[in-house]
Amino acid sequence: MADIVLDKVSKRFPDGTVAVRDVDLEIADGEFVILVGPSGCGKSTTLNMIAGLEDISSGELRIGGERVNDKAPRDRDIAMVFQSYALYPNMSVRENMAFPLKLQKLDRETINQKVEEAAKVLELTPLLDRKPANLSGGQRQRVAMGRAIVRQPKAFLMDEPLSNLDAKLRVQMRTVVSRLQKQLGTTTVYVTHDQTEAMTLGDRVVIMRGGEVQQVGPPQELYDHPRNLFVAGFIGSPSMNFLHAAVQDGTLRTALGDVPVGDRIRRELESADAPRELILGIRPEHFEDAELVDEETRRRGMEFEAPVEIVESMGSDKYVYFTVEGERASAAELEELAADAGADFTGGGANLVTRLSAESPVTEGGTRRVWFNLEKIHLFDPTNGRNLTLHEGRAAGALAD
Amino acid sequence: MATETTTRAKLRWGLLDAVVVVFALIPVLWIASLSFKTPATLTDGRFIPREWTLDNYRTIFDTDQFVRALVNSIGIALIATAVAVVLGAMAAYAIARLDFPGKRLLVGVSLLIAMFPQVSLVSPLFEIERQLHLFDTWPGLILPYITFALPLAIYTLSAFFKQIPWDLEKAAKMDGATQGQAFRRVIAPLAAPGLFTTAILVFIFCWNDFLFAITLTSTERARTVPVALSFFTGESQFEDPTGAICAAAVVITIPIILFVLFFQRRIVSGLTSGAVKG
Repeated sequence: MADIVLDKVSKRFPDGTVAVRDVDLEIADGEFVILVGPSGCGKSTTLNMIAGLEDISSGELRIGGERVNDKAPRDRDIAMVFQSYALYPNMSVRENMAFPLKLQKLDRETINQKVEEAAKVLELTPLLDRKPANLSGGQRQRVAMGRAIVRQPKAFLMDEPLSNLDAKLRVQMRTVVSRLQKQLGTTTVYVTHDQTEAMTLGDRVVIMRGGEVQQVGPPQELYDHPRNLFVAGFIGSPSMNFLHAAVQDGTLRTALGDVPVGDRIRRELESADAPRELILGIRPEHFEDAELVDEETRRRGMEFEAPVEIVESMGSDKYVYFTVEGERASAAELEELAADAGADFTGGGANLVTRLSAESPVTEGGTRRVWFNLEKIHLFDPTNGRNLTLHEGRAAGALAD
Repeated sequence: MATETTTRAKLRWGLLDAVVVVFALIPVLWIASLSFKTPATLTDGRFIPREWTLDNYRTIFDTDQFVRALVNSIGIALIATAVAVVLGAMAAYAIARLDFPGKRLLVGVSLLIAMFPQVSLVSPLFEIERQLHLFDTWPGLILPYITFALPLAIYTLSAFFKQIPWDLEKAAKMDGATQGQAFRRVIAPLAAPGLFTTAILVFIFCWNDFLFAITLTSTERARTVPVALSFFTGESQFEDPTGAICAAAVVITIPIILFVLFFQRRIVSGLTSGAVKG
């Protein structure tokens, strides 16, 4: 058990590329921290530096208060679960799990007892004498975890441990990982590119992009109060809608109509170097069928009418896709997110994803009047991605004074 | 219809295989047959001896010459194989795992050595070994064997090492292994099929060599079997040693067959399956 502190940790490769830049992170003892970001954002490199598999170019890494920059992985007393599981194929499950204990030169009885214990926790007892080749993907994954927990290390590092499992098993294993971490109370750093995993598993989430930390915080805080465009677009599924907004006479001209702004935002927009164009962000659940909104709620938002393209009924609610006229929001962050999602095809025009109540009588092909909540709107500066609605760390919507 | 084609295809392949096997085996069997014949029936042209005798075998093991050569051969080939495989494993591991300056050059040079015609090296080697007092000694043969076996070993082994997932080594390190322990306990067992394959190839190369053995030896001190065979003569110059030579040829084939059979059981494919999800 130990805390992990990264103090301005950077990784520069011999060819000059900087994979990780000045990462400051304090992971408390027993905390479950998720490193998340698109591929190539430096999350795995960061994890490997904590593990000791990669050298640290500059900065300091402390585990349990002790500087470990120059320590070999085996002297750091941390265990790692690999994406590929990396089980030793020539050893049985039992031998795989006993391997780290054997290297510690424990006596056979202790080793056996510890292996049995870990196997029981992960329900591996009947598989102990099998070879990895005779195990299913989920079982292999559990053996990999067993090998990590068996020697009670100071911390666990997990490098996308669930990404090789099929979707159903992944959800199941997510709860296993979560329960295990709570049970053992061991400091855990978990790398993933899947924002759902990040949201559901971690005490705190670290969002990285291009080797730099974008925002650190509990999942809900990142969701509600994203510091910038990248965080806003990365967290949430379906992701936040982004619309182009032109600043004119103290209002924002958008495809959804003219959006009024509050005093604080107006003051900010009146300054000389303020951007003339903004990106308006709004999450799918902040829309509602205008018919179903009561008078009081109606006053907190505004309405627009748009043709319905597709209706996906989820049972509990409906995902409704609208086509809206107007310019598409564009920013480097958004392109990067789209590329990471593999969406190089957007179909032209601006698309709007909304999550409406299941009672909404909306049908494909017609047009529908939709209300949206102005208090939940985010405004971003397209040049640097900054969230303008964020005030002292809280997002207050467009109308805030 | 489909099964018919496959049966016919199987037949065709079986026949082709049989032809190849027979073609390759007939000279060997002929030699074996000759080794069991008496001098009188040696030239009767029969494939199966009319009179079976073990006299030829008795003769060769009676002469100190052959036994001595056999000891030399086994010793020299085993030592050269061991050294070449150990050195080759280290070099191949470095080539497969590390990026160091001059890597391509190293690989290129080792390939160059493998391609160099050995005949052209015989005279200089002879001179060098005489100067260094290595001529007609075990090291005098072991050294050139290692030199020519190393490129072979490095090539085969680096191919094997490249197949082993690197994550395994990282996992071993995380589990508390030193670099050496990771290699010995995780990587080497997985590379075992490669090590054995290489050992077989190198051993056969050393065992069969005639050129170096005949130039770099002069007495029974280091003369190996292939050379000793060529020095076989009868009791008198009129005696025909054909039977004895054939017996000796059969005898020296046996270690290779044993060597291959013994290690073949270890060359199990798919040893790394289950290590990582592909």
